[in-house]
Amino acid sequence: MEIVFALAVGVLTASGIWLLFRPRTFQVIIGLSLLSYAINLFILGTGRLKTDAPPVIPRDAATDPALFADPLPQALVLTAIVISFATTALLLVVLLALRGLTGTDHVDGKEHDKSRNLNQDDPQNHDQKQDDQ
Amino acid sequence: MNGLMQHLVVTPILLPLVVSAAILVLDEQRRKLKRGITLLAVLGLIINATMLIVVSAKDSVPIVYLLGNWTAPFGITLVADKLTAIMLMLTGILALATLLYSFARWDRAGPRFHALFLLLLMGVNGAFLTGDLFNLFVFFEVMLAASYGLALHGGGMARTRVGLHYIAINVATSLLFLIGVALLYSVTGTLNMADLAMRIPAVPREDIMLLEAGAAILGIAFLVKAGMWPLSFWLTPTYAAAVMPVAALFAILSKVGVYIILRLTSLLFGDESGTTAHFADDWLYAAGIATLVYGIVGVLAARRLAIFAGYSIIMSTGTLLASIGMANIPVLTGALFYLVSSTLGIAALYLLIEPIERHHDFDEPAPAPEPVFEDEYLAYYEGGHEDEIGVVIPATIAILGVGLAFCALLLAGLPPLSGFIAKFAIISGLLGEGQAITAASWVFISLIIISGLAVLIATTRAGIELIWSPTESSPTLSIVEAAPIAFLLAVCLGLMLFAGPTMRYMEEAVRAIGQKNLYIEATMKTPSSTQP
Repeated sequence: MEIVFALAVGVLTASGIWLLFRPRTFQVIIGLSLLSYAINLFILGTGRLKTDAPPVIPRDAATDPALFADPLPQALVLTAIVISFATTALLLVVLLALRGLTGTDHVDGKEHDKSRNLNQDDPQNHDQKQDDQ
Repeated sequence: MNGLMQHLVVTPILLPLVVSAAILVLDEQRRKLKRGITLLAVLGLIINATMLIVVSAKDSVPIVYLLGNWTAPFGITLVADKLTAIMLMLTGILALATLLYSFARWDRAGPRFHALFLLLLMGVNGAFLTGDLFNLFVFFEVMLAASYGLALHGGGMARTRVGLHYIAINVATSLLFLIGVALLYSVTGTLNMADLAMRIPAVPREDIMLLEAGAAILGIAFLVKAGMWPLSFWLTPTYAAAVMPVAALFAILSKVGVYIILRLTSLLFGDESGTTAHFADDWLYAAGIATLVYGIVGVLAARRLAIFAGYSIIMSTGTLLASIGMANIPVLTGALFYLVSSTLGIAALYLLIEPIERHHDFDEPAPAPEPVFEDEYLAYYEGGHEDEIGVVIPATIAILGVGLAFCALLLAGLPPLSGFIAKFAIISGLLGEGQAITAASWVFISLIIISGLAVLIATTRAGIELIWSPTESSPTLSIVEAAPIAFLLAVCLGLMLFAGPTMRYMEEAVRAIGQKNLYIEATMKTPSSTQP
């Protein structure tokens, strides 16, 4: 179980970081979401992996902590999920606003590669174009 | 501490939260009412901070508040000591000045300004007060969420573009924060800061590496917020694009990062922390020096005052981080004084920028945003330039010039203002106690002095370009804009006049955060209240 778990966290993190460094806003958001999934799993893992163990200790039972799952990381994960959900939603709104304002989905609000090369000999023209947008 | 007084620790969080929720219900067009309520809340926060300063001056035991009456380390604890009280006071003063300034017209540039403003204050106050790492995360997120809204306040393409970068970077940083918290939890089994401080010396040898890695990753999250080089490239454009009262308030956000670094290094990795003691100090020193150099270069290169102010924040962060890395009480006392004085100076500078640059058109006005809800009030855009409300005062250019000169002296650290006292205290701490002065101290001292020179050069240039150059129309300045700037500078003057008692209080604050036993005892031994 540990290997599968570690692989899942690793693959999610790697894909998330790769997407985070991509130039399109949508890729960045997906990257951040994948990263937050990886980290939620990671937090769960810090409570030690255990199956079929309840997180709540009954009041009268003999308490051997080894029989129970650690409830704290589960609570932390819940909080982290809610917060990352909310910030992702906000990020989506900003993404759409930027797309509407600039007409491109590049994270810098302008294309860096081809359109720039076309205008390179005439910086005035390039600036003009930006102002028009 | 009994009775009503003990609730002083929780009101800096509850008051802005409740008021923010309440004014959200009000129609956006009832702006005067919203302004009044927000102003009262901020004044309440300042009174609260003053009372906390008075109460905590009596003895060095931190005041502990158990939320929900659960004893530490099981429940949520809030801890207030002298350092916290100072930071709460600083936040209150900044909030009052920026709020008053925003009444000129900025709070009309977009909807829900006051609610977001109060939420930001709640997050900042919570981050100062919290006694455990996970609530620190929650308050940090509240603060960040409000700051996203405020950074985008007013809309427009420039703000949206840097806003996207700002949000993406901070979301990624929060994830680092979570990794750090999770690693610390997996090693020690607790997230309460007092409990952590107790358990860290007993961490077995094979886990030390994991513990230090966790603490370092956690630290990175705060260093991004504080604006450490090379993690600070987002800071200058974001703050320069935000509306100026918001940028001035954001000056406290980087200090939240610095505060937490100071708190955690002294509490968790102080003198008595076994093998991990002071493990981060060299790194913090090196990072501080690099940040200071980056700030100096940036300040010299800046062509606009808003950019200059951003690099001043980075410079101030560099000085503070290097001081924390030095880990000696006189230096830290000077650094705390410097923190307060430079934050006030930078905020005053941000507030000055807009009146000074008003008649030098650098960029086109932002296009009007579309209203989302029916009650959103867009008179700012519809009304054009009838927005100069309040009494317009004469001799504007002279007043602006004096203000800029004040800020320059404050940030450069020239006598007689508080910036000089702060830098002098840091340098005298570095030179003091008759011991041999290390090369690290010399580098730091020379950079502090060079940074002052750089600020002076940059502000002189800006003054010549903006104050002396002729414009078609003479600038106008309303009382409601001039008063907050004057207020901030007056607080700096007060700091200078009462430097003696302030320094003594700050020295006690620095000594208190070094004594982790007091913190642990106060937190762990506070009994739950027996009253129903």
